[in-house]
Amino acid sequence: MNIIITIAVTALVVLYAGLFKAKKALLPISLIGLLGSLVFVVSSWNTAQVFYGMMQMDNFALAFSGLTIIGTMLILLLTQNYFAKDSENIAEYLCLILFALCGIVIMVSYKNMSMLFIGLEIMSVSLYILAGIRKNNFASNEASLKYFLMGAFSTGFLLFGITLIYGASGSFDLDAINKYLVGNYTSVSPLFYTGVILMLIGLSFKVGAAPFHFWTPDVYEGSPSLITSFMSTVVKTAGFAAFLRLFADTFAPLHDFWLMPLMVIVFLTLLIGNVTALFQKNFKRMLAYSSISHAGYLLFSLVALTSRSANNVLVYAAAYTFASIIAFAVLILVKQKTGNDNFENFNGLAKRNPFAALVLTIAMLSLAGIPLTAGFIGKYVMFLNVMTEYQVYLVAFAILNALVGFYYYFRVIVAMYFKEGSEIVLETPVQYKVVLLLSVAITLVLGLYPSVILNLI
Amino acid sequence: MEQLLILLIFLPLAGALVTAFAGKAAKYAALVSAIVSLVLTAVLTCNFIPDASTQFVLNYPWIQDLGINFHAGIDGISLITVLLTNLLIPVIILASYGHDYKRANAFYALILFMQTGLLLVFTALDAFLFYIGWEAALIPVYFICAVWGGKDRIKVNMKFFVYTIAGSLFMLLGIIYLYLQNPLHNFDIQAFYKLNLDAAQQGWIFWSFFIAFAIKMPVFPFHTWQPDTYTEAPATGTMLLAGIMLKMGIYGVIRWLLPIVPHGVQDWGTTAIVLSIIGIVYASLIAFTQKNAKRLVAYSSIAHVGLISAGIFALNTQGMQGAMIQMLSHGINVVGLFFVLDIIFNRMKTNKIADLGGIASVAPQLAITFLIIVFGTVALPGTNGFIGEFLLLIGIYQYNIWAVVIAGLTVIFGAVYMLRMYQGVMLGKTNELTIGFKDIKGSEKLVLYIICALILILGVYPKPVLHLSEAAVQQLIEQVNQKLTSVN
Repeated sequence: MNIIITIAVTALVVLYAGLFKAKKALLPISLIGLLGSLVFVVSSWNTAQVFYGMMQMDNFALAFSGLTIIGTMLILLLTQNYFAKDSENIAEYLCLILFALCGIVIMVSYKNMSMLFIGLEIMSVSLYILAGIRKNNFASNEASLKYFLMGAFSTGFLLFGITLIYGASGSFDLDAINKYLVGNYTSVSPLFYTGVILMLIGLSFKVGAAPFHFWTPDVYEGSPSLITSFMSTVVKTAGFAAFLRLFADTFAPLHDFWLMPLMVIVFLTLLIGNVTALFQKNFKRMLAYSSISHAGYLLFSLVALTSRSANNVLVYAAAYTFASIIAFAVLILVKQKTGNDNFENFNGLAKRNPFAALVLTIAMLSLAGIPLTAGFIGKYVMFLNVMTEYQVYLVAFAILNALVGFYYYFRVIVAMYFKEGSEIVLETPVQYKVVLLLSVAITLVLGLYPSVILNLI
Repeated sequence: MEQLLILLIFLPLAGALVTAFAGKAAKYAALVSAIVSLVLTAVLTCNFIPDASTQFVLNYPWIQDLGINFHAGIDGISLITVLLTNLLIPVIILASYGHDYKRANAFYALILFMQTGLLLVFTALDAFLFYIGWEAALIPVYFICAVWGGKDRIKVNMKFFVYTIAGSLFMLLGIIYLYLQNPLHNFDIQAFYKLNLDAAQQGWIFWSFFIAFAIKMPVFPFHTWQPDTYTEAPATGTMLLAGIMLKMGIYGVIRWLLPIVPHGVQDWGTTAIVLSIIGIVYASLIAFTQKNAKRLVAYSSIAHVGLISAGIFALNTQGMQGAMIQMLSHGINVVGLFFVLDIIFNRMKTNKIADLGGIASVAPQLAITFLIIVFGTVALPGTNGFIGEFLLLIGIYQYNIWAVVIAGLTVIFGAVYMLRMYQGVMLGKTNELTIGFKDIKGSEKLVLYIICALILILGVYPKPVLHLSEAAVQQLIEQVNQKLTSVN
């Protein structure tokens, strides 16, 4: 609870500081606030407090809160001068991101369906605004509208599902619903099954899993890159945590029932994400499709429910988050110089900025799942997870998709190192350097010594 | 003594870091690091007791939650491959001195980084560690070939990379399967040896491993990446790939495939031998028609490796021992061949046999060293190639007489296309292009003399090397046979 309060108060302080034109203080205030909330994450470790039956701050919630807060801090560090050319009032950008983070913390710690909905809405409403924050940019407006319409649509599915489940079980409380399932295992109401499917669809929409992914590429491409990085890392992680809390715990007794539709979603997500990413000419759009394919790998943890499922998602999400932040940070740098985000702009980057090129290479290797990076450990634990139930075909299919992945991730590396490009020197501002170094350090540490994170939850 | 192995594995990594920041002195830093590694290997070899045991064993917990240990050690079989690696790396580094590579610090650092990966592969006693080393060796060589390679390098290397990694990912699937079958839930090689898998399981595991190894070697029909990659790679990359990297596949078969799934080998070994022999004949026939000398050597490498692979799957001591010594010999010879072709390419800007000729008359030193290397490659008695191919053929003979009749063609074919190439490139009259050819000097001379000395020493007196691996090989064969008879 302290965590949410700290973040919310920070957001309000930032808003007021913006009112008094204290521009320089905005970022430090946000970062200090987030650091404070991070302290609360650490101090409440292993306490598993429950707040009025609504939220449960167990290690699962704390670990995902920690990951999303760190991710947000890194992204906030990238805001330096980013919004300056769009608007005078950068306070509102920062506070909207912080409000979204509030929703996210609720999403990863809910113990009651109503809190799931509230958290999701707090997050989504902030994001609808953030996606369209470049008021004069056509693509940004389009992204915002699309995101809003699709988001509202999927929320409808989610709410309908919650209602049906309430109708069948008589409660919003996760434990009560689980108790109902276990108690009436043979006579679960058909309403409940329908509700589960509707929630599966609603949440798949939110995490951008195929065939409910159509909004992702357009929204990711249209939104400002910084917001896209927030959406594709922090928000996605939160979506999966919410997914996991519901399906891996509460709905676990019905695993046999929802496994089939889930498998369809997983296969489609892997295939569509990877194959479509292959044909992209635009780096940002490629990242959007690759994020769809990563959603497919993340769903592996629900295919076989083991004691490690939750932790596996944490590992994968961490690997994916830090690698993506690097990718977006370099993308922002390149785009500021060249004006668009096609692959050609990365040509010869190794000469213009060897540091950025090296870091982006490590990030791409991590996203592709090459050993000694965090991404490999993430993929490995996911494969191990589904292999415990001997889903050999799924893993074989995933391997084929991973091979497709190598092509498009290596395309960036090929462009940077093997192709000649313009000679414009690209400088890395200090804050970007910090973010890149931190992210790459985490990526390598998790790849070399993943024990630090493997047993958290 | 176990610290020695830690030092051996991680010294190249430290060397790579130093080299990366050494600026202009990078090539010297790399050479020093490689020579220190070689000296360490010599110390290690002197302290090695040539029995069947695994020595200098390291065992530290690494990722405990997943049952992964940093478990490595050296027995006679590993020692040969470690020797090969640490002997060839300084030679290859020295052989790269003729080029003025851009970003030389990155170039030499990558070679040393690869060395650590290779040493991990050759010493790992933990399947996960083996896999990590397997990939860690691939990434640097991909960059070496793709950054410093020829015109078509990007496309060709992408094919190479995806091809090899496809194989290794399916191997990873096999490793995960073995891990789940293992009641101890770890990746220990001894625990894998003890697993009781039924015939169907062994068949699947056999293929998941065999394809990875067959792509690396490469065995027909998994060889299609190889000629292009060898041709487009810079000379250093080709030497690394052909000299050391393909031995990862051979070593993998010996260490991981045969003892873990002996029934799989019993069921599918014939298929593997047939594929290897098809590869021998097929690659030799293609080598006949090659107009480019580098491509010709690339195809000849497929033929030679096919013979080694057939010898291993024959599953007897002679075949296996032949494979051990031939790994070493082939590494030395192929590095020599590619180096000579690189020297010629550097001066003449072509490797087309038709454009060359008569070099022997203007460069006698090159002609003599090149001839010795060619003799080694065609297995002339008295050179290192002879003893290996002889043992391999005996091994295959014990397996099946028809197999040896066809596999033996490699010796004849090899002699024909190799000598024809030598004739085309070195003998005859000089033309306008080759008249100005300057003989070898400096580091080139040193490298070629070292290689020729190794060819002759190993050819005349191979016993010390054979002795190193003999006990380990015998134990391995016994172990496999025991497992085959105990279950049936």
